[in-house]
Amino acid sequence: MLNYDIVVIGGGPAGLAAAIEAKKNDAKRILVIDRDRELGGILQQCIHNGFGLHVFEEELTGPEYAQRFINELKEMDIEYKLDTMVLDISKNRELSAINTKDGFMKIKAKAIILAMGCRERTRGAIAIPGTRPAGVFTAGTAQRYMNMEGYMVGKKVVILGSGDIGLIMARRLTLEGAKVLAVAELMSFSGGLTRNIVQCLDDYNIPLLLNHTVTQIKGRDRVTSVVITEVDGKKKPIQGTEKEYECDTLLLSVGLIPENELSKSVHVKLSPVTSGPVVNESMETTIKGIFACGNVVHVHDLVDWVTKESQKAGKSAAKFIKNQLKDSIDVVKTFANDGISYIVPHVIRTDNLENSLDLLMRVKDVYKDAKLMVKANGKIIKEINKRHMAPGEMERINIPSSIFKEKNIREISVAIVKEGE
Amino acid sequence: MYDVAIIGAGITGTFIARELSRYKLRTVILEKDNDVANGTTKANSAIVHAGYDATVGSNKAKFNVLGNVMFDKVCEELDVPFKRIGSLVVAFDEEDMNTIQTLYENGIKIGVPDMEMIDAKEVKKMEPNLNDLILGALYAPTAGIVGPFELATALAENALDNGAELLLNNEVKRINKAKGGYKIYTNENIINTKYIINCAGVYADHIYSMVTNSYFKIVPRRGQYYLLDKSAGDIVNKVIFQCPTKLGKGVLISPTVDGNIIIGPDAANLEDKEDVETTSDGLSFVQETAIKTCSKIPFNKNITTFAGLRAEPSTGDFIIEESAEAKGFINVAGIKSPGLSSSPAIAKYVVERVKSMAGHLDEKEDFNPRRRKRIRFAELSDEEKAEIIKKDPRYGRIICRCETITEGEIVDAIHRNAGAKTVNGVKRRVRPGAGRCQGGFCGPRVMEILAREQGKDMKAVVKEGTNSYILIGDTKEDSEYEITKEFVASSCDA
Amino acid sequence: MDKKEIICIVCPIGCRLTVSKDKDEYKVTGNSCKRGETYGIKEMTNPTRVIPTTVKIKNGFLKRLPVKTNGSVPKELIFKCMEIMNHVEVEAPVKMGDVIIYNILEIGIDVVATKTMGKT
Repeated sequence: MLNYDIVVIGGGPAGLAAAIEAKKNDAKRILVIDRDRELGGILQQCIHNGFGLHVFEEELTGPEYAQRFINELKEMDIEYKLDTMVLDISKNRELSAINTKDGFMKIKAKAIILAMGCRERTRGAIAIPGTRPAGVFTAGTAQRYMNMEGYMVGKKVVILGSGDIGLIMARRLTLEGAKVLAVAELMSFSGGLTRNIVQCLDDYNIPLLLNHTVTQIKGRDRVTSVVITEVDGKKKPIQGTEKEYECDTLLLSVGLIPENELSKSVHVKLSPVTSGPVVNESMETTIKGIFACGNVVHVHDLVDWVTKESQKAGKSAAKFIKNQLKDSIDVVKTFANDGISYIVPHVIRTDNLENSLDLLMRVKDVYKDAKLMVKANGKIIKEINKRHMAPGEMERINIPSSIFKEKNIREISVAIVKEGE
Repeated sequence: MYDVAIIGAGITGTFIARELSRYKLRTVILEKDNDVANGTTKANSAIVHAGYDATVGSNKAKFNVLGNVMFDKVCEELDVPFKRIGSLVVAFDEEDMNTIQTLYENGIKIGVPDMEMIDAKEVKKMEPNLNDLILGALYAPTAGIVGPFELATALAENALDNGAELLLNNEVKRINKAKGGYKIYTNENIINTKYIINCAGVYADHIYSMVTNSYFKIVPRRGQYYLLDKSAGDIVNKVIFQCPTKLGKGVLISPTVDGNIIIGPDAANLEDKEDVETTSDGLSFVQETAIKTCSKIPFNKNITTFAGLRAEPSTGDFIIEESAEAKGFINVAGIKSPGLSSSPAIAKYVVERVKSMAGHLDEKEDFNPRRRKRIRFAELSDEEKAEIIKKDPRYGRIICRCETITEGEIVDAIHRNAGAKTVNGVKRRVRPGAGRCQGGFCGPRVMEILAREQGKDMKAVVKEGTNSYILIGDTKEDSEYEITKEFVASSCDA
Repeated sequence: MDKKEIICIVCPIGCRLTVSKDKDEYKVTGNSCKRGETYGIKEMTNPTRVIPTTVKIKNGFLKRLPVKTNGSVPKELIFKCMEIMNHVEVEAPVKMGDVIIYNILEIGIDVVATKTMGKT
């Protein structure tokens, strides 16, 4: 049996930041486990720039952002194991893991941090009819092939879904000499950042077809064409609007799902909305001493926020092993009301709050000139005017801890109020 | 000169090959595709039926009941998962109640054991997630589930282990009568053989017409399916049918041996023998019909949809006989449902036909009915896991996280007899890519392993068919920027 | 008079800007801050982009090394830069920040490695 203070599962941006922060807060023996052959997680394939504006106040590429944390981790002598898979976790914080060098390992940890990230939704998840030829990729898989392994996935490409990875891949494919015919988006708005729509699509005259979806895939061995159809207000395809695009490749950028198989193995409670663990103010799950952070909890828009959230998890885990996390009875619950799909954290134990607490949330629709209204025990405590909100962008509201402590609050809710309401 | 040439490496072809490999015979399987189990066998309901619904006295009735009881032994020998979970045919109204009563009586006549008519209360007890409107059901405890392509690949492997031969990518183009038998011309080879066994699935009529005027026709009847994630796996415990219709057994809901849920099929007669497209109409039909049985099906947990073709014979029954016109040519045609269930009995019967044609057959003393056990890493105990990684470190590297499949298992699947050669071939044998992420993470790794083990370039690895290339080249190698002019024009308009 | 509609990317609001040119004067409307005006004029007069891409690498842990231009390149030169970068092959080891192509197209911008890659 190997013994550690903290075992971090996942060596992507979340795991790296959590491990580093835990070490800074006096946790001694820390182990980061990653299944891949290098640290950095998905950042290593995100070679585009735009990372780090909030954390480093400069614009970095994915590998550069990762490298800064990897360097720090190594300077701090934090142990890590690569090409290693955690098979299961138990409630008393024992893990089993395997790799080719150490074989089968049993590891005992005083605290565990879940930082497994997320995976992509697939064709099956959206059940596109048609044949099942080669040439249908999730955008992230195609990104790995192109950016890390150096393979072209196609020459004439249609992209379904205008999430950021889809947009980024439209530009990558174009720069590598492929022709991107169109990006189809089921919704009436893009889930991606405006910056990416401008710099990845508009720059290269790639049409973004809002309210459109792929209704058929054709081709026996390899994709030969796809049919794109307009959808109505209920997202049902409108007959007669079908248009066939001759292409050899279809990329899917249709959403990300937190990867929680391990969390399920230890019966961590998951939120049906985020598909990630229910967490408290310290990023602790419903199982004592098991923390979670980053995209395994909820899918973030910017890696900068992943880093900040994970630092909190790392610090909390370090406190936990020093018995400094309080299991107080004063608990505040958060509620996502009108227009808000979820709020993280779900539960707040006021004894553990520092100066202030960030509530992270996603809105359900695009809103122009609306207000985020925060209520505590039903009374308005904060109103924030917003020129623009969209589901693609995470909202953060900072609440001073004094509010929770002074007023004996039991619940806190956030809702959107449109102008004139 | 071969003694027997089997055309088609689906479940019937591989089963017959395996049974023939018990004897001192030179047997070859000719398969047009690049893998075994590539047609109907890879896309069907995966059910071993109890056998109550065939017409009394038909081949279907005879072979299904005989075949059903043979599954336990052959699956044990070949290390293929098989679970006798039982089936229900549910009734929604009085008419359905009459239908299941008729099925019950029919089953008794055919010889289906242990059937029971059960009431709504018992249905609820067995299957708490089914809809309340169900009045009763026909319960057949002998029905089971099996992995059809796992079984077919295991049969092919075992046949090859025992000396049979397999020629993939050999499409039969022409068959001539020759001295003492036949000359078969494929796209790659000329095969001389005494006997031919036609197991060509939807193409069986086409093959038969190469030796004489075919008296039967095979119509491809397409069926579409949903496959749900394992997390939906406890929605039903048994195979749940609705009352049969003219086109077949109707839409069923069933667990699979791997713990997923399969839902389907619809039924549509087609012209095209390769048309395995899913359609939005077909899929919605399956969904709407299945909801009648169970409104709680979590279709949001769908991981893939697919379609398969049943080989529907114009005669309405299995065609399993020596041709009257072509001596030494045995048709095993129109093996639609319950074809999988019947396959062990069909194989045994066909061996008897070969025996009588040949006079007698000598048994091999060294025939081994068992296949080398497959290591299923995820199912091993901690100690066994530690042990196997020590022996072979490749079992210490997980390639597929969704299904916990190791590199060792994949390499083994590639190097076995009748081993995997394509990404889907690996998936069908050991399941990487068959889980939630559908190969998103492990696809590139599986390709790397396939390329390395077969001494190929990554770009030469295919998904399924010979031309189903996944990667089309290297980046940086031949990027032509057609876009340049247009691009420069648009950005200089200031 | 030249006129162009562009979406501002300075912040997530995404104002729809109209930039018009009258003689030598640029006018931006639709913006809601000063930064938007600056962006609008820049997009009209001299739109530039950082190019993140890859180059071939020998003996590396991967077959491609991620790189970027260490400054913004005029938009119309993006594909010209790509053509040059497509023909470069470096050899591991490489450190993040290493200059891969010095002064590409002689526009005063270097192409630098964005990842440290050891020799295998």
